[in-house]
Amino acid sequence: MTPRTLFEKIWDAHLIPRNESEKGSSDSPDLIYIDLHLVHEVTSPQAFDGLRLAGRKVRRADRTVATVDHNVPTWPRSLPIKDDISRQQIEALRNNTKEFGVPFYDVDDPNQGIVHVIGPELGYTQPGMTIVCGDSHTSTHGAFGALAFGIGTSQVEHVLATQCLPMQKPKSLLVDVQGALPAGVTAKDLILGIIGVLGVDGAREHVIEYAGEAIRSLSMEGRMTICNMSIEAGARAGMIAPDDKTIEYVRGREHAPKGEAFDRAAAYWLSLATDPGAKYDRAITIDAGALAPIVTWGTTPGMVVPVTGRVPDPDSLASADDREAARRALTYMGLTAGTAIEEIRLDRVFIGSCTNARIEDLRLAAATVQGRKVHPEVRAMVVPGSTWVKSEAEQEGLDRIFQEAGFEWREAGCSMCLGMNPDTLAPGERCASTSNRNFEGRQGRGGRTHLVSPSMAAAAAIAGHFVDIRSWENP
Amino acid sequence: MKPFRSVTGPAIPLDRVDVDTDQIIPKQFLKRIEKSGYGDFLFYDWRYLSDGSPDPEFVLNRKEYQGAPILLAGRNFGCGSSREHAAWALENYGIRTVISSSFADIFLSNCYQNGILPVTLSDADARTLMDRTLAHPGTALTVDLEACVVSDGQGFRATFEVDPFRRNCLLEGLDDIDLTFRELDRIRAFEEARESA
Repeated sequence: MTPRTLFEKIWDAHLIPRNESEKGSSDSPDLIYIDLHLVHEVTSPQAFDGLRLAGRKVRRADRTVATVDHNVPTWPRSLPIKDDISRQQIEALRNNTKEFGVPFYDVDDPNQGIVHVIGPELGYTQPGMTIVCGDSHTSTHGAFGALAFGIGTSQVEHVLATQCLPMQKPKSLLVDVQGALPAGVTAKDLILGIIGVLGVDGAREHVIEYAGEAIRSLSMEGRMTICNMSIEAGARAGMIAPDDKTIEYVRGREHAPKGEAFDRAAAYWLSLATDPGAKYDRAITIDAGALAPIVTWGTTPGMVVPVTGRVPDPDSLASADDREAARRALTYMGLTAGTAIEEIRLDRVFIGSCTNARIEDLRLAAATVQGRKVHPEVRAMVVPGSTWVKSEAEQEGLDRIFQEAGFEWREAGCSMCLGMNPDTLAPGERCASTSNRNFEGRQGRGGRTHLVSPSMAAAAAIAGHFVDIRSWENP
Repeated sequence: MKPFRSVTGPAIPLDRVDVDTDQIIPKQFLKRIEKSGYGDFLFYDWRYLSDGSPDPEFVLNRKEYQGAPILLAGRNFGCGSSREHAAWALENYGIRTVISSSFADIFLSNCYQNGILPVTLSDADARTLMDRTLAHPGTALTVDLEACVVSDGQGFRATFEVDPFRRNCLLEGLDDIDLTFRELDRIRAFEEARESA
């Protein structure tokens, strides 16, 4: 048999066989079966309306899971949601899931959280699956060796109605990360570095497979951070082959297979790794050992620079389009070319999002701030990725470390990653953020976002400006 | 879905690369639960000043582009968030086709789902068309999906490729959920085979 990549094995296993008459016809797209459909409040109401209009049901409610994350306030859950429109959208999902029989983790559920955090936590996310959600960061689940990708609302309706999607097969791109990450350089720095190399559209039409020593060495949570930001390089999805770490992470979780069924599943999952000799459409190699902690300076996640560097000069860029984009970005960001990154002062720090709000992220950030105080000119907040992460952090005493340092400790949700809830930046405010997008206005109109790792964000909160975490000494 | 065959009219030149869907429709407008009424919010933060008045400098607000059905944009248009609200906002505003040298994958699919034709030209053709449009604002372009040709009747003519399935859906105004529904027997057979394995 022809050697196949991880991606090809999963694609082939989910291809609905064509009728004899259709075989050889290249005009009709492939029909792909979807194993797991994650649903949240923002991109689903119009899809459920579409089902109602057409008199259709959710075809496989048992393969569908919903929660509220984008809109939910992060103040105590006992308080009412003040924003009427947000409340209506949350109520719409509550009613839709009830009407169509879809499992739903409501605002006050102990399993509520960002959809890409709770999927893995609850064992819904499993290797070898096809997973979709009306959210571009669905690529997160690729960390388990699943084919997971974001879709629009029409496709949400399509999957609700049929459990399938018509698709053209994407191309494959190998990102081979050789060597070991230096101390203080995290999965977040690695993925920002990769996006810097690929560019924000460099992986368009491709599914990335991340491989190599540095990827194997990452924890499952670090792998989720990597796959999460695949979309920021334009990729359709990002994935990592399942290994023993993957198996151990999934074992025992609520919705994972149990007993003998688990052992059978695990054997299959391990067989999904790319075969020796399998071909990718493209491949790049990254030297992990050469990476430093990274800070974004502009308004795309590809505008990256090491923390030891300076804001680049737009005139140094090769193409006219890129020079113009850099000039616009510097104006928006209120930065001058040549400024040392460590001299950039901050007003806000946000530790949260589906990229970096899992328990390991909070542990890293807490270790950085322990025994110190947030800079008096900085307002800093921690928003756990899920209600489980929040309660685990509280059991470990991380909430006290953050609060004693002067951080706000919030309830779980997407929060200031996209500012759909009341957590936003004011115009001109500058924020070090562990989230995934530094687009204009992303965290609030006129807000200025710099993407960093959790430990870099935590150190910046204390110092009031960016600092190289490699020189951070605990008191 | 409204069929798309051919559109003729002025093109709005948005000469920026990597325009993300947060710019096309900012997050505060994603709380609505309808598919319509987003046109007024298209490019909101660029289109309106902080006091809510239109920014006269922004291209959409210029007199010569009012009612224009075509948007010309830089590479990687529609990157970022999967929000279909971006396609709804363009459609609600009256944009029938977007021309660029490349589109982000999810946005591309969202366009097709809403009867908007995304036209991908070569870098050189897209640049030429942008420069000609900037030099002669208001020139009418014709985007013909049956012939797969963009032309301005004044010497610019470029062909483009579209996925044949998507082209057919646009030309006929087909809903692809209906098409998949015809395959339910095959889908059931697939499920049964897998679940009994």
